[in-house]
Amino acid sequence: MSEIVAASVSILFHGLAFAMVLYLVSVGLSVTMGLMGFVNLAHGVFAALGGYIATSLMTQMGVGFAPAVAAGVVTAMVVSVPLERLLYRRLYGADELAQVLLTVGLVFMSVAAGKFLWGPLAQPFHPPAALSGQIELGTREFPTYRSFLIVAGAVLVTALWLGLERTRFGAQIRAAVDNRRMAQSVGINTSGLFTAAFALGSGLAALGGALGAEILAIEPAYALEHLIYFLIVVSVGGLGSIRGPFFAALLLGVADTGFKYLLPEFGAFFIYALTLVVLLWRPRGLFGYA
Amino acid sequence: MTAEAATHVTAASVVDAFARRHRFHWAEALPWIVAIGAFFVFPDYLALGAQILATILFGLSLDLILGYAGIVTLGHAACFGTGAYVAGLLAAHGWGEPVSGLLIAALAAALVGFVSGAVVLRTQGLTLLMLTLVVATMLYEAANKANTITGGADGLSGMDVWPVLGFHFDLYGQTAYWYCLVTLFLCWLIARCIVHSPFGRSLTGIRENERRMHAIGSPVFWRRLTIYTIAAALAGISGALISQTTQFVGLGVLSFDRSGAILIMLILGGVGWLYGAFIGVPLYMIMQDRFAAVDPVYWYFWIGLILVLVVVFAPSGAYGLGDRLARALRRRA
Repeated sequence: MSEIVAASVSILFHGLAFAMVLYLVSVGLSVTMGLMGFVNLAHGVFAALGGYIATSLMTQMGVGFAPAVAAGVVTAMVVSVPLERLLYRRLYGADELAQVLLTVGLVFMSVAAGKFLWGPLAQPFHPPAALSGQIELGTREFPTYRSFLIVAGAVLVTALWLGLERTRFGAQIRAAVDNRRMAQSVGINTSGLFTAAFALGSGLAALGGALGAEILAIEPAYALEHLIYFLIVVSVGGLGSIRGPFFAALLLGVADTGFKYLLPEFGAFFIYALTLVVLLWRPRGLFGYA
Repeated sequence: MTAEAATHVTAASVVDAFARRHRFHWAEALPWIVAIGAFFVFPDYLALGAQILATILFGLSLDLILGYAGIVTLGHAACFGTGAYVAGLLAAHGWGEPVSGLLIAALAAALVGFVSGAVVLRTQGLTLLMLTLVVATMLYEAANKANTITGGADGLSGMDVWPVLGFHFDLYGQTAYWYCLVTLFLCWLIARCIVHSPFGRSLTGIRENERRMHAIGSPVFWRRLTIYTIAAALAGISGALISQTTQFVGLGVLSFDRSGAILIMLILGGVGWLYGAFIGVPLYMIMQDRFAAVDPVYWYFWIGLILVLVVVFAPSGAYGLGDRLARALRRRA
C-alpha cells in the first residue's frame, strides 16, 4: 500500500515539474496562435535558443544561474521581433500550408545552426549549488531543483494570469483574441500588440527552455523533437487561452510521467492515443472558444 | 426556344471543355522521356534513380489530397510506412513476389488511410494537422516498440524479393529502375483520370469553397475520405517500391521527417497540378545526394533557407515561377 502511495507521489511530483516546463514553453504558442491564427511550428526554436544561451553562459563563462537565464530570455525576445516583423507578418491570414512550411524551414535552419554553433551533443546543465541536492518535504526527500521548478512555475503562472486579467495590455490581448476587427476599430494598435505578444511568448518559451534544460535536454533537434508535445499542450488546451494550456500541460506532464513509469514498454503511445480521443471529443480543445 | 438552344450549346461546350482538359498535351510526355533518357545517360546512378521514381509516386499521392482536396497533412508517412513495412514483412516471411506484394501493401495502406481518415477528416485547421501528426507518430511508436516483428530501431532486414515478372533485381538497379518507372506510370495514369473526372472536379470545389459544395448537395466528408484512401494506397505502393528495391525497411519510413520532406519536395515543384512531384522530388533528392555527401548538417540549413525563400517569394513553387516567367515573356512579345 505504502509503495503505491510512494509511487503516485513521485509520479505527481515529477509530472508537475515536467508540466511547468511544458506550460512555460507552450503558453506563448497558444497566445500567438489564438491572436494571429498562425500555425507556428518554430516556437520551440525560441525555447532552444534560451536554453543554449543560458547553459553556455553558465558552463563556459561561469555566469550565475539567474543572469544566465535572464540573458537567454532577453536574447530570444530580441531575436523574435525582427522575425515577426519580417517573416511571420507576411503570412498572417495566409493559408496554413504556407505557415507550416515557413516555420518548418525555420526549424530546419535552427537544427543546423544549433549543431554548427554548439555541436551535436546535449548541453550539460548544472543547477546552482543552492538548488542542487535533495530537500526534505514532510517524510520524503525530493530533488531540490525540481521543487524549485514547481514553485517558480506556479509563481509565473499566477503572475501571467493576473497580468492578463488585470492589466491594460492583458485586456487588449483578450479583446484582440476575441475579435480582432472590433479591437482594431475601438483603437487598439493590434499590429504593435502582435509584436509585443510574440516577443513575450518567445521570452516565456526561452525561460521554459532554460529552466527546463534538466528535463528537456538542450540539443540541436530540440525544436523538432519536442514539437509534438508543445502542439498537444496547445491544441488540447485550446487556442488563445492562457488557462487551458496550463491544465493540458498538467494532464500531459503527469500522464506522460505516469505512463513511462508504469508501462515503459509502450513509450508515449498512450499519450498520443489520449490526445486523439480528447481532440475528437472536443476539436477546439478542452478550454477553447467554441 | 432560344433559351433551350442556349442551354444546349452551353452543355455541349462544357462537355467539350472537359474532354479537352482530359486530352493529353505533348508536354506531358516530357517526364517520361527524361526518365527513359536518364536510364541510358546515368547508368551509375540507377539506384538513386529508382528511389527518386518511387518518391515521385509518394509526392503524387500527397498532391492528390493536398493540392486537389486541400487537406494539409503532417502525417502522410503513416501510409507510406505501412506500405513499406507490409511489403518488407511479406518478403521477409517467405512471400517475395513483388507485384502481389505491391498490391497487398496498397490494400494495407488504404485500410490505414480509410480508418485514420474516417477519424481525422471530421476536424479542420490546426486540429486536423495535429491529428494527422499524432496518427503517424502512433504508428512510429508502435513500429518502434514491436521490435520482434519490425526489428525496431535496427530496421527490418532479411528480405528476399523474388524476380519481378522474370527479371532479377540486379546490382546496378536496372530492374529496380524499370520496375519503379512502370509502376509510377500506371499510378500516374490513375491519378490523372481521377483529377479530370467529375469526382476530381468536386474535390477542387471542396478545396475552394466547402460551404457551397455542401449547399449543392455534395457529400463532402465522403469525397474527402475517398481521395484520402486512394492517396493512402498510392503512398503505400510507393513505400513498398522503396522497401522492395532496397531490401530494407527502417523506422524512418514512418517518421515526421519523411512526412515533412515530401511536403517540401511537393511545394518546391508546385502543388495542385499533378506534376509538382515530378519536378520537386528529383530537385530535392539530387541536391540532397550532393550536399548531404559533403555535410548532412548544412544540408538541413540550406533546405530550410530554400523553404523560407520559396514561401515568401514564390508561394506556388516551380509551377508559379514558370507561370510568371511565361507571362512576363508574353508581355514582352
